[in-house]
Amino acid sequence: MENLGQLGQYLGAGLACIGMAGAAMGVGNVAGNYLAGALRNPSAAASQTATLFIGMAFAEALGIFSFLVALLLLFAV
Amino acid sequence: MATEQHSEGLTFHPMDQFIVKPLFGGTEVHWYTPTNATLWMGLVALCIIGLLVFGTRGRAIIPNRIQSIAELLYGMVRKMVEDVTGKDGLKYFPYVMTLFCFILFANFLALLPKSFSSTSHIAVTATLALLVFVGVTVLGFVKNGSHFLGLFWVSSAPLALRPVLAVIELISYFVRPVSHSIRLAGNVMAGHAVIKVFAAFAAVAAIAPVSIVAITAMYGLEVLVALIQAYVFTILTCVYLKDALHPAH
Repeated sequence: MENLGQLGQYLGAGLACIGMAGAAMGVGNVAGNYLAGALRNPSAAASQTATLFIGMAFAEALGIFSFLVALLLLFAV
Repeated sequence: MATEQHSEGLTFHPMDQFIVKPLFGGTEVHWYTPTNATLWMGLVALCIIGLLVFGTRGRAIIPNRIQSIAELLYGMVRKMVEDVTGKDGLKYFPYVMTLFCFILFANFLALLPKSFSSTSHIAVTATLALLVFVGVTVLGFVKNGSHFLGLFWVSSAPLALRPVLAVIELISYFVRPVSHSIRLAGNVMAGHAVIKVFAAFAAVAAIAPVSIVAITAMYGLEVLVALIQAYVFTILTCVYLKDALHPAH
């Protein structure tokens, strides 16, 4: 029974890492759209870098949450 | 953990670097025990004082290198606060500057070999994030009274949708300190753990060169992450401050 629990722990931690794929797509989407916009209107690009980082941070936070779930499963259960 | 792997390759655990240990022997940690976390946070404070107080002591018209760095840092954070929150947010600039300096220096000092990364602990970042959250909420109610609740009542949306949006806005408001703290701690912890995992692979002679290249690349990325996460933490503080000062949607 103990081994079964450990199996579930490791499987769950591995599955939680799938969430990082979503964060990767999100961050890539933010950066890609920023670059597309910046190349069309370079004069407006500098004023929007703060927005770029805020958007990246929000997208990335959810990936960090999935990493946290993996860590909790491995070390805190 | 697989024990047979421990004897071959992994001689240390990648999460061992985050253990809080008392500085002067012993294993028990009380609230007053000087630990490695205390030491490195104290060093962060010393570095900031060294840069901002002693670096600018000359007050030269033509600044030397250290004074230039201090002036650039000050100017950058001041401009960030002014751009995001507006002129009336500049009153809270000292607090934002303190936050930025602490996180930046903690992140950079953590990159030294054998050092301790204080910002990788959720206890540290949650304290910073909760201070911002509580401070901003109190400030919003003090400045705007009950108008602060307009932050949750999206007046530009159709009337039928507003209660639903209010619930969503309320939830997202209370998730703020969670994501604010975990973002910083998670990024720093993940980066350091990845470097240690690659370092463990270096014990196997066949893949040691690959491992060293990977560590170097990850280290470069971590220097970038250390700066960006400090920037993100402070700019989000500015955004929350702006919401408290001007809650109208």
